[in-house]
Amino acid sequence: MVINGETRTVVQGTTVAALLVELGLGDRRVAVERNREVVPRAQHASTELANGDHLELVTFVGGG
Amino acid sequence: MSEDSWKLGDRSFRSRIIVGTGKYASLDETRAAIAASGAEIVTVALRRIDLSSKAPTVLDAIDRKKYVLLPNTAGCYTADEAVRTLHLARELGMDELVKLEVIGDPKTLFPDNTATVEAARRLVKEGFKVLPYCSDDLITCKRLEEAGCLAVMPLAAPIGSGLGIRNPHNIRLILENVGVPVIVDAGVGTASDAALAMELGCTAVLMNTGIAGAKKPVLMAEAMRLACDAGRKAYLAGRMPKRDYANASSPTAGLIE
Repeated sequence: MVINGETRTVVQGTTVAALLVELGLGDRRVAVERNREVVPRAQHASTELANGDHLELVTFVGGG
Repeated sequence: MSEDSWKLGDRSFRSRIIVGTGKYASLDETRAAIAASGAEIVTVALRRIDLSSKAPTVLDAIDRKKYVLLPNTAGCYTADEAVRTLHLARELGMDELVKLEVIGDPKTLFPDNTATVEAARRLVKEGFKVLPYCSDDLITCKRLEEAGCLAVMPLAAPIGSGLGIRNPHNIRLILENVGVPVIVDAGVGTASDAALAMELGCTAVLMNTGIAGAKKPVLMAEAMRLACDAGRKAYLAGRMPKRDYANASSPTAGLIE
């Protein structure tokens, strides 16, 4: 699986919510895109990840 | 002058300065500069989260009860990228308003106006309240207004250049011919630039580097706030006409002989 451009090993069937906890992002404000589709927050707990998935985990940063 | 407010859709604002949150030395400085500017709206960008760091982020510097977040699409070069970015921003929770920018060239960071209009149309259809960064070009501004944007944000000069309002005449033409608020965005380098924008009749000014790039950003933030206020009051007061020759201020009668 590719997360923010880096290849990582994630157990098949891990949910988005579980992955965020595993990455230490459980309490952070993060938006998730899976294979270029937004995964709404309400579906984090029910969305299971597969090996070939590409994830983008984004947040707000300082900018103009 | 009791209440001099302006509106974006159904939201009312009093401050006429919108500030960015990039390029500050620290989050404390970011926080202090925002406060000194008097802004009610602050811009933020969207980027990959740093998986290796637990450090506080810009969101920790912005009190969401006091400030409206304005996510931007900085770094996007196509309408698709801009729309995709704002879908993610919406998921992060924000206040419906978005700053749309679709860049056309990395050296000047001038906007791709055609792609900006296309993205604006799509975003408005999806319910976003769009504030688009664009060239100081009347026709582009008209197209953006027709697309349903809540305001237009023509540049004063290239982003981060601090060159000030390069073409006040164009800004005036835009002001005279569009019905939505005109917010000068980008290129403001010092207080007089902000004052000029307001004297021309602009609704507000958006800036980042003009403050963050100063030697003392918090002091410059205050200067920008005062400049926006001064320029706005001068606009409302209606300046005297310019004359080519002198016109004595003291009586010309009763001079001693």
